[in-house]
Amino acid sequence: MEELGWILLEALIKALVIFTLILLAAATLVYIERKFSAFIQNRIGPNRAGPKGLLQPFADVLKLFMKEDIVPDAANKNLHRLAPIISLGVAIAVYAVIPLGSSFELAGRTIYMGVAPNVNIGILFILAMTSVGVYGITLAGWSSNNKYSLLGGLRSSAQMISYELSMGLAIMGVIMVSGSLNLNDIVIHQSGWKWNVLLQPLGFIIFLVSAFAETNRTPFDLPEAEPELVGGYNTEYTGMKFGMFFLAEYGNMATSSALIATLYLGGWQLPFNPEWVGLQEGSVWLALAQFASIVIKILLLSCFFIWVRWTVPRFRYDQLMNLGWRVLLPLALLNVIATGAVMFLI
Amino acid sequence: MSLTFIFFTVLAILAIASAIVTITARNPVISALSLVFHFFMLAGLYLTLNAQFIAAIQILVYAGAIMVLVIFVIMLLNLGDEEKLKEKFNLRKVIAVLLASVLIIQFFLIYLLTRSGKIEIAENTAKLSTVQSIGQVLFSEYLLPFEAIGLLLLAAIIGAIVLAKRKLT
Amino acid sequence: MLSDFGIVLLFLITGFVFVALGLITAAIIRPHNPNPVKQSTYECGEELISGSPWIKFNIRFYVVALIFLLFDVEIVFLLPWAVVFQQLGWFAFIEMAVFVLILLAGLAYVWAKGDIEWEKPKPYIPSLKDLVVERKQHFAE
Repeated sequence: MEELGWILLEALIKALVIFTLILLAAATLVYIERKFSAFIQNRIGPNRAGPKGLLQPFADVLKLFMKEDIVPDAANKNLHRLAPIISLGVAIAVYAVIPLGSSFELAGRTIYMGVAPNVNIGILFILAMTSVGVYGITLAGWSSNNKYSLLGGLRSSAQMISYELSMGLAIMGVIMVSGSLNLNDIVIHQSGWKWNVLLQPLGFIIFLVSAFAETNRTPFDLPEAEPELVGGYNTEYTGMKFGMFFLAEYGNMATSSALIATLYLGGWQLPFNPEWVGLQEGSVWLALAQFASIVIKILLLSCFFIWVRWTVPRFRYDQLMNLGWRVLLPLALLNVIATGAVMFLI
Repeated sequence: MSLTFIFFTVLAILAIASAIVTITARNPVISALSLVFHFFMLAGLYLTLNAQFIAAIQILVYAGAIMVLVIFVIMLLNLGDEEKLKEKFNLRKVIAVLLASVLIIQFFLIYLLTRSGKIEIAENTAKLSTVQSIGQVLFSEYLLPFEAIGLLLLAAIIGAIVLAKRKLT
Repeated sequence: MLSDFGIVLLFLITGFVFVALGLITAAIIRPHNPNPVKQSTYECGEELISGSPWIKFNIRFYVVALIFLLFDVEIVFLLPWAVVFQQLGWFAFIEMAVFVLILLAGLAYVWAKGDIEWEKPKPYIPSLKDLVVERKQHFAE
């Protein structure tokens, strides 16, 4: 029973640390996005709250907390309330299986970095969770009882399910290379510069494009295309409920970056042999260095997401469907067969 | 009382409760959502049985694909009130009662047979249900059924398109 | 093994509690003064046109969801193969290639039937003649 208590304590501490990190990541990303876009468009960006506007995201959150919650009379109130919870909950849930470093010893216990990185169906868990993510946006669109919201929600769900296929098939290549569904195994398999991006370049590109579509980021942001749909699925959301969708968007960006880093860019692996700088296997310092390594990878990938958003124009809906079904899906299927054939021949 | 048993009880109660909500809710979207919740509880039950692959598939395919389809149908057709659905319910009620009685008889048979020791739960079920072992068995012993599934899926794709087209015109 | 899933479950529950706490805090500290105009459905400040949006929608979304479902099942069958295909050898590989090809045939069918094809918006580029006609009408009025 005492062992159980320790496990529970460890899990709770990890959960709290990860929530704090996700919130911090979202705040940082919002700030980076605003500064970055200002730089690209030759503006100054937020510069009033705190030095260089650094406190802007916190001011935004405070403001969202204080804002009145307006729910239209025609809306389905319960589902309207449920939708943002599903959206954000799913974005957070994926972190349960992402490994954030190898293990270290503390007080006679082996502690893994990450909530449960050794779940042996980790990838399946992630696929399952992302497939459920559709509900948040669809329900938000439907329950608002607003034409813009419904159109946004429908578009978004059709888009998400279309790109989920290519995403799943791209992951298949990674599974074939490493022969495991366990995310920690996949990261360990990439040690010594055997990063999957080098073994699976086509799969990497397919996954990257699908990740953009899954997170509804430009060039795939049709669900919230401002010129035609006002705000898309979140038109009728105000205050903290809107804040939840906003947080979910940035949380999803961080999640996708973490997934790309884990599956293709070596996860928590350091880009050099840790013994060169005197870091011992199983030490706390090595674990921290690995953690820093994946956090830097996530931040760089998120910056890439932001860079693309402010550079590339939006797709038309028929182009989007064409890309998903006629280009990425056949390519992803061929990638699976080609990977298999090459692995047998070598 | 082991931890697994507590998990099982909680999951089973929640599963039954959400199933009841599914059939009694007036709003079709709510009943579809509670079915999604029900699938999650079922996935949890599979996990207590060590069937991880089935558990993940339960969410990936049923909650993530089939229920999305159902929600699309509810939203697109907008039947709205259940009043409109009340037309040919009598035959369905008869079938439902028949199936329910078959289910109850089945429960009793399984209960009695395991009680008297005539059937036993196989020992190595836990080993058989990981993804690896499913892969091993599926591609060695069950090759032909596997290819048949491919053809079945092809037929389903064609059938879906043909039916949807017919409804459209 | 169950303990790992137990931790995941615990994480999920704390996650949802965390989100709910955020919403509850906001509900306590925010103002609440509704009025009918505020609670009306937003349509760019206009009165509602054509009532409820809950109407019958384009069936195309439904067809896309159907095709998605079938390919999703295919992915499910590919998964156990991808994990063990290095031990299974050539025969299973060819077997899977046949399976994928059958489904590619399905994709080709859907493609040929035009069900994954979305209507392309046709841009309206007014010719000089149209413009002249338009102007004339304008002045006639």
